Amino acid sequence: MSEPCTSRELMIYTISRLLKGVRHVAVGQSSPMPAAGAMLLRALNERDGLERVQVSILGSVKHNSFTGGAEELFDCAAQGRLDAFFLGGGQIDGQGNVNLVGTGDYPNNPVRWPGSFGSAYLYFLVPRVILFREEHSLRSLVERVDFVSAPGVTDETVYRRGGPHALLTNAALFSFKREAGRFRLESTHPGYDWRDIRGTTGFVYDNEQCEVTTPSPDEATLALIRGRIREELRECYPQFAGNMPGPG
Amino acid sequence: MTDFVTPQKMAEMIPSGCKLGLAPDDYAAAPGLVRMLIDRGIRDLHVVCAPIGGMQVDMLIGAGAVATLETSAVSLGEAGGAPCFSRAVRDGSIRLRDATCPAVFAGLTAAEKGVPFMPIRGIIGSDVLKRRDDWKVVSNPFDDGEKIVVVSAIQPDIALFHAPEADRFGNVRLGRRREVMLLAHASKQAFVTVERISEVSLLEDEKMAAGVLPAIYVSAVAQLKNGGWPTGLYAEYPRDGQEVEKYARAARSPEGFQAYIRGSRSAA
Repeated sequence: MSEPCTSRELMIYTISRLLKGVRHVAVGQSSPMPAAGAMLLRALNERDGLERVQVSILGSVKHNSFTGGAEELFDCAAQGRLDAFFLGGGQIDGQGNVNLVGTGDYPNNPVRWPGSFGSAYLYFLVPRVILFREEHSLRSLVERVDFVSAPGVTDETVYRRGGPHALLTNAALFSFKREAGRFRLESTHPGYDWRDIRGTTGFVYDNEQCEVTTPSPDEATLALIRGRIREELRECYPQFAGNMPGPG
Repeated sequence: MTDFVTPQKMAEMIPSGCKLGLAPDDYAAAPGLVRMLIDRGIRDLHVVCAPIGGMQVDMLIGAGAVATLETSAVSLGEAGGAPCFSRAVRDGSIRLRDATCPAVFAGLTAAEKGVPFMPIRGIIGSDVLKRRDDWKVVSNPFDDGEKIVVVSAIQPDIALFHAPEADRFGNVRLGRRREVMLLAHASKQAFVTVERISEVSLLEDEKMAAGVLPAIYVSAVAQLKNGGWPTGLYAEYPRDGQEVEKYARAARSPEGFQAYIRGSRSAA
């Protein structure tokens, strides 16, 4: 028997499920788990003889075919050549607003995070933006963000074909309903129930009393994560890969 | 004409108070030369991160060299947040112009093309936009019903970056790192540190030529081996993760930062 599936492996597998059907997925800097999830989808599709998935990992030499520099990702997104992307967020609120800048008042935020990166743009243009925030707490999932790096919803005068698709944390999975501008609880991860989620989520959402458990990967998929995916991650995320369980 | 100079001379050629365009860590950052700028006590820089900053930018901030910072993010990657940057934000000791990556590229593209602004999708409804008086929402002149953001041109006085190779004519090979090409095109001058200097023109090989920044844009070249250390040079050498971690730990306090800078002076 191999070591049981870790929380991170469950999230990697869940990301691959959320990406099902995409042709081109890009992953930004400092995002090892989204990178792993995208690589896993690519590997699973290869294994099962499904459509080839283009994975563009920013910062990678091996897993990135852009030749037009860092701007090419943004041009691709604007043209509809990019199906999925990931955003983190120090704070995410119930309307799908994302804050990557900091808490408290701008500009002298008492807690400052790196910054908005490409979020203010990609959120409008990439159809499936997966919000990924490992920490599920009242300080990360808030009623209203302190700073809007990228807004969750927009009125009709502004061109928008993209936006939030799902929110994944270390405790639960939500979908985002664009018409309503609200999240819906889809499943809780093993070890958590809906009451835990209600108590640690700072915003209101639909389907509060959700009894669905997030599915775990089967043995073969887990072996793929611990083998090929762990190796592929090494180039950009040596520390993260080093901390993952290995094969056998 | 491209001047071939020593790294020390190049550091002297970059004046305090200039608008300095810098490439991201791991791509074409020039931490080696940036260390020399710090050692010579450069001040009042307006730093433009194209489009994000890392360790070299954090060091410049820690050294008190930055007056204005225009960036989409500052991060040390796997080593976490940028400590001097966070401190300076809290203290209000730098003037901050938060951006989003493609808007920086749009501003540089406007400068590259010699036009005053460039339209760009998205951004409307974000607080990033609210804080930028040099970005505006306008009506699409071809469709009144649509609102779109325009960002003003960004023209650094000097672009500073590290590249694998120059030739003795001043051409610089950037390969796929075309955002650095854009930065150089947009800036009034480009100063480049390189690992190697080739005796043969880099433009002679047709397979390579499209990835070469012509000498037209390059004001000065200095050979500085390992000039991308410790954050790495694209497709040449990876970042020295341990060294960046060491920096991240040290720079948590102003005293630790000063000690790190003193201790690493000889390595630069």
